Amino acid sequence: MSDLINASLRELSAALEAKQVSSVELSTMFLDRIEKLNPEINAFVTLDRAKTLAQAAEMDARRAAGDTSPLLGIPLGHKDIFCTEGWLTTCGSKMLHNFVSPYDATVVTKLKQAGLVTLGKLNMDEFAMGSSNETSYFGPVKNPWDTKRVPGGSSGGSAAAIAARLAPVVTGTDTGGSIRQPASLCGLTGLKPTYGVVSRYGMIAFASSLDQAGPMAKSAEDCALLLNGMVGFDERDSTSLQRETEDYTRDLNKPLSGLRIGLPKEFFGEGMADDVRATVEAALEQYRQLGATTVDITLPNSGLSVPAYYVIAPAEASSNLSRFDGVRYGYRAPEFTNLDDMYSKSRAQGFGSEVKRRILIGTYVLSHGYYDAYYLQAQKIRRLIAADFVEAFKACDVIMGPASPDTAFAFGEKSGDPVKMYLSDIYTISTNLAGLPGMSIPAGFGANKLPVGLQIIGNYFDEAKMFNVAHQYQQVTSWHREMPAGI
Amino acid sequence: MKWEVVIGLETHAQLQTKSKIFCGASTAFGAEPNTQADAVSLALPGVLPVLNREAVVCAIKFGLAIGAKITERSVFARKNYFYPDLPKGYQISQMELPVVDGGSLTINVDGNEKTVRLTRAHLEEDAGKSLHEDFAGRTGIDLNRAGTPLLEIVSEPDMRSAAEAVAYAKKLHELVQWIGICDGNMQEGSFRCDANVSVRRPGDPYGTRREIKNLNSFRFLEQAINYEVQWQINEIEEGRKIQQATVLFDPDTGETRSMRSKEDAHDYRYFPDPDLLPLEITEAWKAEVKATMPELPQAMQQRFTGEYGLSAYDADIITSSREMAQYFLDTVAVAGTASAKLCANWIQGDLAARLNREEKSIAEAPISATQLAGIIQRIVDNTISNKIGKDVFDALWNGDGANADAVIEAKGWKQITDTGEIEAIIDEVLAANQKSVEEFRAGKEKAFNALVGQAMKATKGKANPQQVNDLLKQKLTG
Repeated sequence: MSDLINASLRELSAALEAKQVSSVELSTMFLDRIEKLNPEINAFVTLDRAKTLAQAAEMDARRAAGDTSPLLGIPLGHKDIFCTEGWLTTCGSKMLHNFVSPYDATVVTKLKQAGLVTLGKLNMDEFAMGSSNETSYFGPVKNPWDTKRVPGGSSGGSAAAIAARLAPVVTGTDTGGSIRQPASLCGLTGLKPTYGVVSRYGMIAFASSLDQAGPMAKSAEDCALLLNGMVGFDERDSTSLQRETEDYTRDLNKPLSGLRIGLPKEFFGEGMADDVRATVEAALEQYRQLGATTVDITLPNSGLSVPAYYVIAPAEASSNLSRFDGVRYGYRAPEFTNLDDMYSKSRAQGFGSEVKRRILIGTYVLSHGYYDAYYLQAQKIRRLIAADFVEAFKACDVIMGPASPDTAFAFGEKSGDPVKMYLSDIYTISTNLAGLPGMSIPAGFGANKLPVGLQIIGNYFDEAKMFNVAHQYQQVTSWHREMPAGI
Repeated sequence: MKWEVVIGLETHAQLQTKSKIFCGASTAFGAEPNTQADAVSLALPGVLPVLNREAVVCAIKFGLAIGAKITERSVFARKNYFYPDLPKGYQISQMELPVVDGGSLTINVDGNEKTVRLTRAHLEEDAGKSLHEDFAGRTGIDLNRAGTPLLEIVSEPDMRSAAEAVAYAKKLHELVQWIGICDGNMQEGSFRCDANVSVRRPGDPYGTRREIKNLNSFRFLEQAINYEVQWQINEIEEGRKIQQATVLFDPDTGETRSMRSKEDAHDYRYFPDPDLLPLEITEAWKAEVKATMPELPQAMQQRFTGEYGLSAYDADIITSSREMAQYFLDTVAVAGTASAKLCANWIQGDLAARLNREEKSIAEAPISATQLAGIIQRIVDNTISNKIGKDVFDALWNGDGANADAVIEAKGWKQITDTGEIEAIIDEVLAANQKSVEEFRAGKEKAFNALVGQAMKATKGKANPQQVNDLLKQKLTG
């Protein structure tokens, strides 16, 4: 059964369908691995074996009753940003350390209906604010490739869980790179869909206009299969889009001949580590061999993406996080003298320093007299960045570049310098600002055998094409199947 | 005039939708605390707002009723502040682009018509309630009201007295009920006003204003403004400057007192709500809403003065509610257009007084428009006198009889119009009241009235008063 640890979703599905393994057995296998490895990796923050196995048994019963849903009985982990009924939903914060959600996020409901079994809740940067998982109240997640290094963030628990083979697929969310950067640092495949494709209902908001949930897994095919179960219009999310259902696996096997890959010169300038550059170049060479051509393009305003993002995202966050006030749920300071004191103590004690920093930035940029200079200006830049992409996609089908400027860095290396940390997302942020889909796939290894991710950016709603582009590469490479030593 | 008063009102009208503005929870008043607070009302982590189209329909109706511009693309914004009964830590409202832009209302004070301009009206959600009474040393939070749709209606500073402000508030109150967007229940807080008040020397620029918050009766509105005006005048006359402030009115003392000054005013950090798309209102949607709207009071007033010959004053009163206007139309339909003025008199006179005394609405009137028209018809055709009409009215009100004719028949109230019969009675009265006869002949006009009274009394009021008058005059002078 141990070969199932590294199996693809199709292989797992086939094994389940052939009754070689039951969902209960498969779930037990992963729970046992989690029990063994999680104390070191710290990818999962909440586990409930009884609940998981009850759900697995239910899926086995569904199968016995004739249900042949493609993902039926497959275990997965949810980033702890998704509300899950009856489970702790902490968002990596002391503020919600005791919050048991009374409802399921739409993504959770959909994946339950698709037949997936919840293994547990995955660690993350507090309220998804971070690029290293060091801001989690529940301690940092360790990168399975080198446990002295960060897994990236904010979906660090999700990424580490895949890398350590603690789950076959997981959910993540991406506001400025939170799926793609950890996917890059942990050597896996992750996709942030077009804004509005996946419902945000029940996903605890960080920056509403940027947040988007997506799949993380070993391969593009697995991600496509999981995304099939996640998407769809949701009447409870006003920003969710009404679209025809599509099968994201439909184009996986199309040849890539004639594919035009745009290479933004801004993504290949200074700031990228040499080993990352070499790995990305090698991947691009592989694509040329697959029949693609590369074209030089420019995204002239991409240099403004980090400053614009660090105005817009904190502005929205400062307001989104106001509901955590100690009044109705979550953390409340044990002692206080009056209402204002309760608010300030509960929030001072309940939030970590990065969250506080962003609330302060956001409050500042929305304040009277600063709003025009910061918030409105950033919104203008945002439109320029989106326009850059519209222009760029006239000359190419997909855009490629690095997902992260460097490989996994050591704990503490950037946590003392917020700007340095913020630059971790320099290649990913512009797609969130534009609302475009973005993806990271394993492209090889840099120094110290640390994974390097290749970023693929598609035009709006081009997820199926991106999966095709990634899948064809994964047919001729094996980076996505590599496992960290000792796992 | 030494001082000029300047008043603008901000009115919150709670919209009559079944569910809240951004979720499906019920808006019914008076439920047990927090039983109408769903995940969205509680602002649980992860929940999102979805706009209730019914609330938008209400806003469109209002905009159309006041002749405003309906904004094609209005934007919801977050107003950020902390308060325990504001669960999200922000209120979803509209700031830069409100759904209703401009418009006006015509008010009538002491016979003078005046147009009050409206600045805007925007959609927003209500907060919950903090309950301080039932919990010693602690505060209870009831989020049933959180998310109830409100239309905040802002006027220009066009009013120049408390009386004008009250007239405007009443007109607005009538209108929102007329078009069916608000139940107008002021006790339950469905309609409440904030008054911005300042004073100036005529011709000067506007003075510094103070805002009186949360006035939930017309009487309080008037008292509060009058007190505030006097207070401001005294301050200025004693050499002090008015500081911009938010004040509360205490109905027990009749005074206003400052709640917070401009310095500690909130910075609400408004910004467009990223959870909601801009609200688009097409011409087609407007037309669809317009088709469902009733005839507006202003148009009806014109019709009543034109078609039915009512005075402007009467038409104004008759159109103070849609129910009253309908009652009037129903009465006229039976009694006939020629009796329209009499119908109006009865409705705003006896009927209104009786309803008022018994604290009933016109919808609850025990006497129907058809029954009232029956009384009026019998008065017009001289079957009964106006005075007997009032007795018939009382009888019908109390349920003594199905209609005017039945009551008149049963009580024997049919007017005596037989000249011979009346003459006989008058002769008796003259014989029995020689003193009055002599007084009249001596020039005391009042004595005549006494004799008429006696004659009416002798017929138990059934004699036609005009006939009694004429015959008596003939006999005394002839």
